[in-house]
Amino acid sequence: MLSRIAESLYWIGRYVERAEDTCRILDVHLQLMVDDPSTDPQESATTLLAVLGMPGTTGPVAPEELLTMLQYDHTSTCSVLAALEGAREAARRARETVSPEMWESLNATWNAVRAGQLRRMRPVAGLTYVRERCALIAGMADSTMSHDEGWHFLRLGRAIERVDMSARLMLWAAVSRRSSSAWNNALRACGAIHAFRRTHGAATLDEDAAEFLLVDRLFPRSVVYSLTMAESALAELEPGSLRSGFDSEALRILGRARTELEYEPLSELLTELPEALARLQQVCISVDAAISQRYFVGALSPAWTGGGV
Amino acid sequence: MLRPVSAWIDDYRPGGGVYDEMFTADRQVRPAYEQVVGGLERIDPTEMRTRVEFLQHIYADQGVTFDIGGQETPFPLDLLPRIIQPADWAVVEAGVRQRVAAQERFLADVYGEGDLFRDGVIPRQVVTSSHHFHRAAAGLRPVNDVRIHVAGIDLIRDPEGRFRVLEDNFRVPSGVSYVMTNRRAITSALPEVAGEHRIRPVQTYPSRLRAALTACAPRGIDDPTIVVLTPGVYNSAYFEHALLARMMGVELVEGRDLLCQNGHVSVRTTRGLSPVHVIYRRVDDEYLDPSQFRADSLLGVAGLINAARRGNVTIANAVGNGVADDKLVYTYVGDLIRYYLGQEPVLPGVDTWRLEEPAHREEVLDRLDELVVKPVDGSGGKGISIGPASSRAELDALRQRIIDDPRGWIAQPVVQLSTVPTVIDGTLAPRHVDLRPFAINDGSDVWVLPGGLTRVALPEGELIVNSSQGGGSKDTWVLEDDSAPEPVVIPNAFVPESISLSVQPPDHNMVEPHSKQQEQQQQGGAGGC
Repeated sequence: MLSRIAESLYWIGRYVERAEDTCRILDVHLQLMVDDPSTDPQESATTLLAVLGMPGTTGPVAPEELLTMLQYDHTSTCSVLAALEGAREAARRARETVSPEMWESLNATWNAVRAGQLRRMRPVAGLTYVRERCALIAGMADSTMSHDEGWHFLRLGRAIERVDMSARLMLWAAVSRRSSSAWNNALRACGAIHAFRRTHGAATLDEDAAEFLLVDRLFPRSVVYSLTMAESALAELEPGSLRSGFDSEALRILGRARTELEYEPLSELLTELPEALARLQQVCISVDAAISQRYFVGALSPAWTGGGV
Repeated sequence: MLRPVSAWIDDYRPGGGVYDEMFTADRQVRPAYEQVVGGLERIDPTEMRTRVEFLQHIYADQGVTFDIGGQETPFPLDLLPRIIQPADWAVVEAGVRQRVAAQERFLADVYGEGDLFRDGVIPRQVVTSSHHFHRAAAGLRPVNDVRIHVAGIDLIRDPEGRFRVLEDNFRVPSGVSYVMTNRRAITSALPEVAGEHRIRPVQTYPSRLRAALTACAPRGIDDPTIVVLTPGVYNSAYFEHALLARMMGVELVEGRDLLCQNGHVSVRTTRGLSPVHVIYRRVDDEYLDPSQFRADSLLGVAGLINAARRGNVTIANAVGNGVADDKLVYTYVGDLIRYYLGQEPVLPGVDTWRLEEPAHREEVLDRLDELVVKPVDGSGGKGISIGPASSRAELDALRQRIIDDPRGWIAQPVVQLSTVPTVIDGTLAPRHVDLRPFAINDGSDVWVLPGGLTRVALPEGELIVNSSQGGGSKDTWVLEDDSAPEPVVIPNAFVPESISLSVQPPDHNMVEPHSKQQEQQQQGGAGGC
């Protein structure tokens, strides 16, 4: 398929996932402000923005500003509106490839948010609305597009964004030292609280929560699960199979990151958790660059596919 | 027309002879509510309306329902929270703990040695004639001596504002799930108001309950398998059963999922039978074990009581607890507290006539039209007769029923429950409330959930607050004691490095503005037709 189209699909995957995850984070943040009297709203907002890597946000941020920034700020990289706009723009460029159902659900969501839908709703209801719309868009893509190359690019983008955002969420919990509920909140922000309780019961231990979000093989938002999903999408995209090693730089980076998580003793991972999470974010950047280099930048590096069948 | 909250406050008229929890008799806002009123007044009327509407549909959306006559009904929740000051709460907490402690001793005694009968504290016949006294429970000593794992004690505030106990629930008290969902809903609806208060949290309940259920597991079982036993989806409190199982991270089972063999209980799974050690049951005694109680029950599992007797499984709450809820036994609870604990009751009860005593019965029969008459084993507000609200014919029928079965009834004066302002038709109106605090006994300590369920009788003047009678509820805020240390704010750790999120790069082959211009030109050229 065209490199340009592949790139668009990859970014639809990333941006839709980003809009959803930003809503989850905001939802938990709002609840935290009410539940936990030991939270300093300003400091909490500043930490959150630092974790989300918001450029140009130095100095204190008022709580009400935070909501606007993460919902509506055009210039930010992770606001709901910016993410939806990015996804919609990418979809517009691949308009003939994405299914009409998916396009419509994405376009309608973007239109509603742009027209101020979230401002008219209670904050919590607005965030739920976006989350549900994102699930709808993803579900539409999965059920109305052929599971061909294009769909694998979409899935690849979704998986890599999920690794990135999950790492940031855990970083948020790891640096919130004061709050006994920090990991509970991280679980909630990942939509993992229910699955976690079914596995570990009611009492949340920090180690259990970190382990669950990092290396659980069955929960679809854990880092290891998302890395595996990215690997499988890439494997589908790789032409032919080799008897040894991996030809794709992206696969090598992903595989190394996953095995490091899976084979490193958990206790060691946890002692330097913030560093490990920062490394994961770097992994996402490297993978992104490798994918772009390999598939998107006008096939600058053609791969030898061999003459075999 | 939309009216601001300040107009709601101005128009509010508390009823006479009743304790209003928000306003004093001369219509001053009580200190507990000043901050709430201030917060609400800052919300503009249109915004207020959207918040009231938000509350009206959120429970329908979330499926937070109560089953009335086979119909799933969202549990009505009022916008305005009920606030309890730390000093008042200290009394409630101490009173509930005391009551649970005394009743634990009472149940151990009734199903054990029976010292209290020998000492003449309560006539043996009062206990043995209770419908909920089960010989099957005699001699069955629980592992950690806990029979009342969960208690719900219904309290009211009399015209002086004093909390009084109206009834005890030591069998399967329900409603705690709404305490948790109410808090979530109200903090979403009024975040700025909630954020200004230091409210004691309620979300720890499921982990407390799980810890208490783990503590009562059979000997030698460190990591017990706990299940919640529900009668099924048609039970009025099914929502609660599912929520508790979910929040505790345990399986929700029905009777048909369980199997008793050789005195052991197992649950049927796709991998075969798996042992069960603790059953938090929400099924009444009579339906629990068809081999001991009602033979036609399909809700329980045959052989359960024997398995419990052999110490292989713990049933929580214990079988036979209903005798402590019996409203005739209720009249003796003050004596029980003095007898077992050597203390005076912290929370008074309501004056009650025992209808088996001829002098009492005569007096009550003469004054039926001004008294409240209740069945001794009722729950959910069923069968209660409120004299002033009853017709001649109803009272005559009641009179006959009392004469036929004096053990089956008790009588109390009409107690004017306190009122709390409630949002009705776009303004505030006084509505009667009660309070059901929940306590968990893990064997070493009785813990009282700060708050509990406030039920509101929604029709004007109505005194029966039960949800099965169309009552609603309020979020109940127990405020943190001022003398409690301010929470220590430990600053967040430093975020090691803030890494920007990636964004889609502009087109690789063309410069962005240029390409846009070209695309437009192209369009202009081709679209001239």
